[in-house]
Amino acid sequence: MHFQLTEEQRALRTGIRELLDGRFGRDALRAAVDRPGELDRDLWAELAGAGLFGLCLPEDAGGVGLGLPEAVVVFEELGRALVPGPLVATFLAAGEVPGAVTGETVVTCPYGALLPWADAADVVRGDVAGALATESVDPLTPLHRVPAEAPVPQEATLLYAAEQLGSAGRTLEMAVGHARQREQFGQPIGAFQAVKHLCADLLVRVEVARAAVYAAAVTRDPVEVAAARLLADEAAVRGARDCLQVHGGMGFTWEADVHLHLKRAWVRAGLAGSPRDAEEVLAAAL
Amino acid sequence: MDLTYTEEEEDFRARLREWLSGTLPALPPKPAATDWPGRRVYDTGWQRRLHDAGYGDVHWGASPTTRLIFLEETEKAGAPYVGANFVGLLHAGPTIAAEGTDAQKERWLQPVLRGDEVWCQGFSEPDAGSDLAALRTRARREGDHYVVSGSKIWTSHAEVADWCELLVRTDPDAPKHRGITWLAMPMDAPGITVRPLRTLAGSTEFAEMFLDDVRIPVGNRVGEENDGWRVTMVTLSFERGTAFVGEVVACRRVLGELAAHARKSGRWDDAVLRRELALLNAEFSALWRLTQWNVSEAQATGGVPGVGGSVFKLRYSHARQKLFDTAADVLGPAALDAGQEWTFDRLSSLSYTIAAGTSQIQRNIVAERILGLPKGGR
Repeated sequence: MHFQLTEEQRALRTGIRELLDGRFGRDALRAAVDRPGELDRDLWAELAGAGLFGLCLPEDAGGVGLGLPEAVVVFEELGRALVPGPLVATFLAAGEVPGAVTGETVVTCPYGALLPWADAADVVRGDVAGALATESVDPLTPLHRVPAEAPVPQEATLLYAAEQLGSAGRTLEMAVGHARQREQFGQPIGAFQAVKHLCADLLVRVEVARAAVYAAAVTRDPVEVAAARLLADEAAVRGARDCLQVHGGMGFTWEADVHLHLKRAWVRAGLAGSPRDAEEVLAAAL
Repeated sequence: MDLTYTEEEEDFRARLREWLSGTLPALPPKPAATDWPGRRVYDTGWQRRLHDAGYGDVHWGASPTTRLIFLEETEKAGAPYVGANFVGLLHAGPTIAAEGTDAQKERWLQPVLRGDEVWCQGFSEPDAGSDLAALRTRARREGDHYVVSGSKIWTSHAEVADWCELLVRTDPDAPKHRGITWLAMPMDAPGITVRPLRTLAGSTEFAEMFLDDVRIPVGNRVGEENDGWRVTMVTLSFERGTAFVGEVVACRRVLGELAAHARKSGRWDDAVLRRELALLNAEFSALWRLTQWNVSEAQATGGVPGVGGSVFKLRYSHARQKLFDTAADVLGPAALDAGQEWTFDRLSSLSYTIAAGTSQIQRNIVAERILGLPKGGR
């Protein structure tokens, strides 16, 4: 048993993080917020070029031939950077919809009662009859509501959980960075125990969620996927809330990035299938 | 990321399972949870069996993965846990193994492993609990002895122990983290008075200890004089790093029993309760995976567990309390029967967010040592 990232998985993580740092840093994120509903096709093509959508496809199908654990490592980074777009749907369509692997075709489909990015996508799969546009709480995820509840594949649930994990890790970094630098009463606020404890709890939630998400990627066990999903949602949503709290008044402004993490975390939780269903899976397994 | 075990490890598991299935039916009945003299006999007897079968040193002699398998299998089989041997096997033993001289290892390790000797922990004092470095128990040098006076509190298993891992102040003028020394004190030395303290669960598992000119040979000092703080940090990293690992398996077993009980009694139809049980299943499933993650990391870095143990302890100690609160919900009015096993566990679990450093202290450790936030500003 060696339940740690392999050399190759570390290299993969570093590679995608560097790509995203350079290509979708803070300025690009804020620019995207100012153009809601508009998908950055150049970024999409670069992600495809880096092998994102074909990561789990066999090499003779134009893919990279890696497994779900590697996909989880990559989606954690996508979540950390808050990359917008129907990433999960396109990733899962890569073997079936021509052009998805190369990034030429953007694919979306409904999960549960929600359909993300319907207007920007080239292909919309699934039963979307009667879909109605809503004003999405997340400026970076346009949503439609569909009357017919769509199934959520286990892989989709897990990839959203991986994104939640990445987002939780990022809000931890943001909270700790702010707590170190912001001074009040003559010292950094991170010296105050109340702030320290918020940050420590952020870390604990990230570490627990990471163990659950990685393990579920390895075992593909439905019970572990359900656990991973609930713990990753908790880590992302509460992580963003606590990060907002550490930022004080600044955290409540549009200018701070933390609300983008919180809103996306809510949306991902809504796209990953019903939490009640996940709970019933976990209960039934006892 | 690999969750499969090597062939060698699976062999170890298979041999252990076979041994357990042959050994456990022959064990004497367990004494009451509050009967510490009885538990000393029972727990050391179990340790002796482990030793004779070649598993005696699994807590600190084996690889982290082997130890993980040992804890998983013994718990699944319902074998006894370390019990009264807790301090010797998980604190003092590993500390002496890491920091002691050859003669000290020779003298103290085998008796712990054979179950011949039981240790207790003399760290905390009435005015030095979480702020352990504020301890005041004095030791002055007289020839080849230290003469120790002061008092200790929360001394686990003092009533039934042969030895005490004792922290004393050897240099009162030094800054408080310096000037502390780690000593092995024989519990039959003149000048020691033990007064058992009754816990809220009704058990007397710890005690107050009064030390009045107790003479301890200088040869019982582990590490250098005034270097006891560093030695203690080694001990505490064991305590926080691995001491609670085996219990996660036990919690998962209890969770299964709770679900079975709820199904039988009809409580299962309560969606709120079912949700609580589901979330606990997610929690302990993740804590088990986090355990494997930490063990893999320790295996890779070779040795003493790091501050990551604080992360585990923080989450686990609260999850355990939640588990037994939920047990009370499953049991209904029967949960108020003090003789109920789960009621005793519920009461005992209240110590988990306090013992070995309160959750608040653990959060400070995580924030300062892992996240690098500034010290001070309590």
